[in-house]
Amino acid sequence: VARLTRRKLLAGSVPALGGAALLHSTVPHRHPWDTEAQAAQGHAGHAAMGGGHASFRDGATVDHAANGFDPHTIARDFDWGTTRRLASGRVVREWELYAADKEIEVAPGVKFAAWTYNGRIPGPTLRAREGDRLRISFANASTHPHTIHFHGIHPAEMDGVPGLGAGEIAPGGRTVYEFDALPAGLHLYHCHVRPLAEHIAKGLYGALIIDPADGREDADELVMVMNGFDTNFDRANEFYAANTIGFAYMDKPIVARKDELVRVYLVNVLEYDLVNSFHLHGNLFHYFPTGTGTQPSELTDTVMLCQGQRGILEWRFPHPGRYMFHAHQSEFTELGWQGFFEVVG
Amino acid sequence: MEAGGATSDELRAERTGGLPAWLLGLLPLLLIAAAIGAFAALGAPGLGERRGPPAEELAVERTVLRPGTIALTVRNDGPDPVRIAQAQVNDAFVQFSGGEQPIGHLHSETVHLQQPWVEGEAYEVALITSAGGTITHEIPVAVETPATGPSFFGLMALLGIYVGVIPVALGMLWLPWIRRIPRGWMRAVMALTVGLLAFLAVDATLEGLELAGEGSQAFGGATLVLIGAAASYLLLTGVSAWLAQRREAARTAGASGVNLALLVAVGIGLHNLGEGIAIGSAYSVGALALGAFLVVGFAIHNTTEGLAIVAPVAHLRPSLGRLALLGLIAGGPAVLGAWIGAAAFNPSLAAFLFGFGAGAIVQVIVQLAPSLRDGGGRTLHPTAVAGLLCGLALMFTTGLLVSV
Repeated sequence: VARLTRRKLLAGSVPALGGAALLHSTVPHRHPWDTEAQAAQGHAGHAAMGGGHASFRDGATVDHAANGFDPHTIARDFDWGTTRRLASGRVVREWELYAADKEIEVAPGVKFAAWTYNGRIPGPTLRAREGDRLRISFANASTHPHTIHFHGIHPAEMDGVPGLGAGEIAPGGRTVYEFDALPAGLHLYHCHVRPLAEHIAKGLYGALIIDPADGREDADELVMVMNGFDTNFDRANEFYAANTIGFAYMDKPIVARKDELVRVYLVNVLEYDLVNSFHLHGNLFHYFPTGTGTQPSELTDTVMLCQGQRGILEWRFPHPGRYMFHAHQSEFTELGWQGFFEVVG
Repeated sequence: MEAGGATSDELRAERTGGLPAWLLGLLPLLLIAAAIGAFAALGAPGLGERRGPPAEELAVERTVLRPGTIALTVRNDGPDPVRIAQAQVNDAFVQFSGGEQPIGHLHSETVHLQQPWVEGEAYEVALITSAGGTITHEIPVAVETPATGPSFFGLMALLGIYVGVIPVALGMLWLPWIRRIPRGWMRAVMALTVGLLAFLAVDATLEGLELAGEGSQAFGGATLVLIGAAASYLLLTGVSAWLAQRREAARTAGASGVNLALLVAVGIGLHNLGEGIAIGSAYSVGALALGAFLVVGFAIHNTTEGLAIVAPVAHLRPSLGRLALLGLIAGGPAVLGAWIGAAAFNPSLAAFLFGFGAGAIVQVIVQLAPSLRDGGGRTLHPTAVAGLLCGLALMFTTGLLVSV
């Protein structure tokens, strides 16, 4: 809402008092009822590329190719692994994961010495079917010890924490995590080596999706891992995003189809902040906490998640156009965690 | 000594192979240049790769607020170039211009951030470097920086005249009075003057040190204040020695009082330059309410400075023009200071100038000290001590009226 100030009122009223409608329309001016975005642009003296939204500096972009991943690709990239069928008819699903130190451009011109799974942040979105046998071969190519700790149901020695099973995997070391895909739902994995906050904040995390045995309804599916980066090591994030690169879905919206079911697998791994959230504009969504149930817990437009919390969101866009989505902590929003859906007919 | 029939000079020349003196003086420099060249050309042999990330340091030297924009002038304090990649205001990314290229060691750059700031509110600007480091700068109270047009310079000039020129001129009107007081009293007045000046010297030094803490430390920080003080002390000592030489050559008796008055005027003038800078910069950041109270306070405070100028010339009959000139030398720099402070404030420069003023005042105190001596040749006799204490007390009390 635009602020009413005496000066604005006076400026707005002068032409009216003069009764000179022509003058009124030719002289650049601002009304108290102009939108905030327009007012901000007027303030700034020129229309910013961000179109009145907070944004990174004009003209500078992240080199996704150099990073080796693009948030737009990651959003729809589901890694089903390689499968083979046992004599018993059971499916064994296998992946190769490795940890590696890698410099990532987390915002245009800002490099961050990250720790990654498979050279990307978030790590691969592993996807399986309920009851599959999962085998994750892990190689540590980093210069620090790491693990993979999966959320879900598994034996203690497969938990990927120090002192249990293979424990910490030293640089150059390897191990295999093997367990059943249970339960169906949306889970996550992350490194569990001390200091925990650092090992997570530097980028060692990813989503694990276990589809129910009888599947889910066809939909346009997206994964969003809400994260942030503390680039100056003050244990507070300078950058916030879904899938690592802030404002990536502002500069280039995610395209959705009118009336088609949209399903978002939403995971919060944000370190240093107590909660994170997801808010959708111009719509409400069905929310399935942890994706383990078949009935939505509520129809809402905002959900709040602590670190490690996750859920599945489903909705349809009845109208074409651009709809924002972002954290409903305004600070996170304007520090990168916001984007657009572009709904096409 | 007769052995070879050679003089000692010839012997010396023989020992150094007969090389001319200028070449011998230059030789170490040439060797250093060659060594540096070789060291650089060979890529610093033996030192290996650099350890650790680049040290990124930026000092914010100046903040200018205009409607819709916040402009920060930053200087690179650190050894490595700094590239400003992104900028935040109050935890939100903002568009900005300037600083596209890396800023080199000691270079400065101005970035203009687009922010619809609201008057009276506080802002925190964070500049994010290409290595992810942040340089934060706080704006405690946002106030539009005055535009530096003719009317602004007029206002600053008026302010300088109010707090510098007029009070000093009024203080000089004590001249007829101190002419008539007895010799013993005169020593007390001189002691009072020294007390006033001592207070100003301490005041200027402390203020300089405070400013030095704000500025770019690469320029020396507090060292600047001391360098400024030493420079002005030595300069004024040199000038007064030169004047004494001329005086001796011309055999003009009584000119010493005039010279002393000039030195006092220069010392106070340099101090008022600093005072003007403080006033001008405080005004430009909105920290100074231009109330009548402040102007009156400064006037009373600075009137005592006029007394200090006329005391050394009390036994003479200086022309009115000469007195006016002395007054202008002492008070005029307040105008100049106000301009500098408001239009081109730089904490490092201001710290240096405050030190410069302090050094000048100390030099003046040294010059004035002999005039305190009584018949017995003592400097700190009871009358002088009383005068000194009164001077300190007067400055302290009137100083309470003004705080910039």
